[in-house]
Amino acid sequence: MNALDELKAKYLGGIAQAGDEAALEELRLAALGKKGEISLKMRELGQMSAEERQTTGAALNVLKSEIDAALRAKKAALADAALDARLAAEWLDVTLPGRPRPAGTIHPVSQVMDEVTAIFADMGFDVAEGPQIESDWYNFDALNIPPEHPARQEFDTFFMARDPADPRPPHVLRTHTSPVQIRAMEAKGAPIRVIAPGRVYRMDMDQTHAPMFHQVEGMAIGRDISMANLKWTLEEFCKAFFEVPNVELRFRASHFPFTEPSAEVDIRCSWEGGQLKIGEGDSWLEILGSGMMQPKVLAAGGIDPNEWQGFAFGMGIDRIAMLKYGIPDLRAFFESDLRWLKHYGFAPLDLPTVFGGLSK
Amino acid sequence: MRFTLSWLKDHLETSATVDEIAEALTDLGLEVEEVVNPAAKLAPFTIAKVLKAEKHPDADKLRVCQVLTDEGEKTIVCGAPNARAGITVVLAKPGDYVPGLDVTLGIGKIRGVESAGMMCSERELELSDEHNGIIELPEDSLNSEVGCKFTDWLAENRPAAVDPMFHIKITPNRPDALGVRGVARDLAARGLGVLKPLVVETVPGGFACPVAVEIDAGLKEKGCPVFAGRLIRGVKNGPSPAWLQARLIAIGLRPISTLVDVTNFFTYDLNRPLHVFDAAKVQGKVRIVPAQGGEELLALDGKTYTLAPGQMVIVDDKGPESLAGIMGGELSGCDETTVDVFLESAYWDPITIAATGRALKITSDARYRFERGVDPEFTLPGLELATQMVLDLCGGEASEVVVDGAVPDTSRAYRLDPARVISLVGMEIPEAEQRRTLEALGFTFAGDMAAPPSWRPDVQGEADLVEEVARVASLSKLVGKPMPRETTGVPGPILTPAQVREKTARRTIAALGYNECVTYSFIDGAAAAMFGGGSEAMRIENPISSEMTHMRPDLLPGLLAAAARNQARGFADLALFEVGPAFIGGEPGDQVTQATGLLVGARAARDPWGSRRPVDVYDAKADVEAVLAAIGAPARVQINRKLDAWWHPGRSGNIALGPNVLATFGEVHPRVLREMGVKGAAVAFTIRLANIPFPKAKTPTRPALALHDLHAVERDFAFVVDASVEAMTAVNAALGADKALIEAVSVFDAFTGPKAEEQMGAGKKSIALAVRLQPKDKTLTDAEIEAVSAKIVDKVAKATGGSLRK
Repeated sequence: MNALDELKAKYLGGIAQAGDEAALEELRLAALGKKGEISLKMRELGQMSAEERQTTGAALNVLKSEIDAALRAKKAALADAALDARLAAEWLDVTLPGRPRPAGTIHPVSQVMDEVTAIFADMGFDVAEGPQIESDWYNFDALNIPPEHPARQEFDTFFMARDPADPRPPHVLRTHTSPVQIRAMEAKGAPIRVIAPGRVYRMDMDQTHAPMFHQVEGMAIGRDISMANLKWTLEEFCKAFFEVPNVELRFRASHFPFTEPSAEVDIRCSWEGGQLKIGEGDSWLEILGSGMMQPKVLAAGGIDPNEWQGFAFGMGIDRIAMLKYGIPDLRAFFESDLRWLKHYGFAPLDLPTVFGGLSK
Repeated sequence: MRFTLSWLKDHLETSATVDEIAEALTDLGLEVEEVVNPAAKLAPFTIAKVLKAEKHPDADKLRVCQVLTDEGEKTIVCGAPNARAGITVVLAKPGDYVPGLDVTLGIGKIRGVESAGMMCSERELELSDEHNGIIELPEDSLNSEVGCKFTDWLAENRPAAVDPMFHIKITPNRPDALGVRGVARDLAARGLGVLKPLVVETVPGGFACPVAVEIDAGLKEKGCPVFAGRLIRGVKNGPSPAWLQARLIAIGLRPISTLVDVTNFFTYDLNRPLHVFDAAKVQGKVRIVPAQGGEELLALDGKTYTLAPGQMVIVDDKGPESLAGIMGGELSGCDETTVDVFLESAYWDPITIAATGRALKITSDARYRFERGVDPEFTLPGLELATQMVLDLCGGEASEVVVDGAVPDTSRAYRLDPARVISLVGMEIPEAEQRRTLEALGFTFAGDMAAPPSWRPDVQGEADLVEEVARVASLSKLVGKPMPRETTGVPGPILTPAQVREKTARRTIAALGYNECVTYSFIDGAAAAMFGGGSEAMRIENPISSEMTHMRPDLLPGLLAAAARNQARGFADLALFEVGPAFIGGEPGDQVTQATGLLVGARAARDPWGSRRPVDVYDAKADVEAVLAAIGAPARVQINRKLDAWWHPGRSGNIALGPNVLATFGEVHPRVLREMGVKGAAVAFTIRLANIPFPKAKTPTRPALALHDLHAVERDFAFVVDASVEAMTAVNAALGADKALIEAVSVFDAFTGPKAEEQMGAGKKSIALAVRLQPKDKTLTDAEIEAVSAKIVDKVAKATGGSLRK
């Protein structure tokens, strides 16, 4: 073994043995530093013959790069080991909770209003609004319910206090969304298609009644809109809203002062196992009242009943929300019990759309 | 409205089943609420015969009977005194449900003797109150053989006991259907049978009526157009015959006496309410007059009513005798001693009856019918028919009829436009069918003009003809017809900007962690007053509870009450919100939409990271700013402290554009919290959605993005100012120092409190600003930076009265 081989063995062995970066640095200096053994040997090259210089020089360069590579490799290995050791020490309990991110909810009434709006928007209906403190005229007279009509008594109306010096009949809290029909006709004329969702009020309180609840009114006026169009519109709505492929509606003759002919609308359903299924079964569930607009109502809205005709319907939003989402008690809608709000509420970004579906 | 199948068949020739009739009624708009079929509960019982009856060995009053049944001979223990050999009885077997006892029979041992069922009394089968013994069936009656079904026996021998009863809901427009005949007419028009003719024969009077009648002239105009009556003398008024009692009992009425039962029968049979006076108790002329006011009348319901001036009343020389068209008086009522009866048939104006009935709070069958409208033309025919029935059932002799007034003329006619009917209904109903329907309902035609019958006061126009045709044709046959959108192609947005904004606000607030509530629009008066409301104009005249007396002037009280309720249930940390109407007055339109959020308790639950801390005003501020940004409110706003009284005066602010307050945030006033029963910290925000201006030019195009290659320079400044100086003053002053160069100013420290005062002097604090300078065309030199810095220090010092902190 010549001197270079010995050097090689010595340093590669040393590098292999080195336990930390300091030892490695020491070896580097000893071999490749300015006064290192290899560097000194390099200097000796000048005193050699040209021939000798060539062979020894080349050998020295090979040796130098071998040691250098070994040093680098060992250094990387040491760093890896150190990192492994650090990582081993850096264990955290990842089952601990994340930092709190508050999560809010949307009330079922709002969600269902958005669902209803999405469906009717797709069918070309605008959204109209009207005041909740309403005049006697808009709430009753304009809807063909004159003062002594027995139907007035059936509404369980809330009246606003009236200054005795004021001769007008007292205002009422609107008992239905139907006055918005009149306001929308006045504002836009015919043809028109609108829905009007909102709060309504009646003096009634039990498990299925609250003194305040929500309705959505629908109205479509055109040259030849018929009750058959009404049925189709409601069928399409119910299919979309209840998210079932088929529905069957039954129109039952009834009476509302503001429509003529009038119909209560039932939907075929089953209550098997206490669970409501729309579109199948042998039961019928009343879901809304509807009809062709009374000519007097059209006239009250400023529309000529000899030229125009249309349909109107009114539906309980809370009621269809209860049916769709299995919510048992109407009064709980307005009690703001946190447990209820969280259980029946909807995620803020679950905006119902026709393209993405109404519910998850 | 209730009636039985057999009663219906008095007027309708039909072979339709109960189910077919019920379905047709509902479909016609006479909604069936209930069909009670008494045969259903009696279905299990069979007929048996007692062969032998011996005294029970251990009980004197019990008998051990050998009974022949459809299943052979059985031993049955019976306690009835009439249980004896040879009688035909009604048997209930183990497993049968006995309705009158509300038990399902088992095999029992009675005093040691096993009994295989029971023999029933009438009461046990709910046939009557009879309970003195078990039912004994006449031996030779039809269907009384052992093993026959008891219901078959009843159908043959006591049909009323198994007569199905219909209970239907009558809409206010159909007074005619408040009589069985009206219901029958609808069914006949539908094709479920043939309406039997109603024959009215005049009963000739044998003598002049000794009771004179007179209607007050004013009331003849409006109130009581016609009043007719006659005396029937020498009647015998006892219990009415069994068939009549059965009719009334079946529909839930109590038989009283023949005369009274006759009036009730006409009320339900022909929608013709009548009244009977005991003529012996009437003095002088019968007059229909407006009350003077203050008169008292003991009515047939046993209550005394005090009349208000103008209320229509029937009087004689003694005083008020009857609440006209609503309820008779007790003092002139008929009883078993009545010998001479004055029978009244009048037509009362619906509006007058409704007003009086409502004012006196009396509900009666008569009021119910008169206020919906009975057939005026039938006033006299009804009297004739009732006279005949009284004569048939009570004997006696009828006087001539006395009448004052005249039957009002209600004749009118409307054009039937068959094409319009088809266009409105959307169903091909042939013209002939349309006419046939209307004629079946009693309309008469002259050309294309259809005159409604006198019993249909609801028919007031062409549209009513359409409704009649449609409902008889059956709306359940309607087939949906597509209604395409009025425009083709991609529809534009349908929500108004304000509607979009409301929805955005709602979902943004929920995304910030709040739970949406929907609370009542009415609150109690004290809470309303606390929030700037509670005025008389916003009071509800007839609230449903003392907690719902006033329209809410603000959404916060409802949320605070909700928070208090949740705290009472053990939920201390709450984030609630509502988007909805608040009311600023009592007129239509005095309504604004608010978006209100409420944070109560701590921001988060306890966790290892110490996230739990009480909510504070800066939580509310962060949330309100996030919502305002989401709905496109201007970024540059002012904050003022012209606060409503329910906010903490020092820890709340209005976000405003000049005098226009967009929103308020801050701590809820502690006094309000105490009054509303909310514990702990509570901060809130209210956004007045309508106050937020919409951007002037609506274009989706954004301004070009201006990026600068040169590095921005950030410099920090700390100022010592009076503790009352607001940070915004310093920030705005700094921003104004060099509008071109200064890109942003932010507060990165606020050092206040005793420690700060210790360092900087009493009443002082320190505010530290980070100012970002953005050079646009060349790098800033140190000198330039120095110059801007000096300007900033100068401006802030001037605006705040403070100085740079050394």
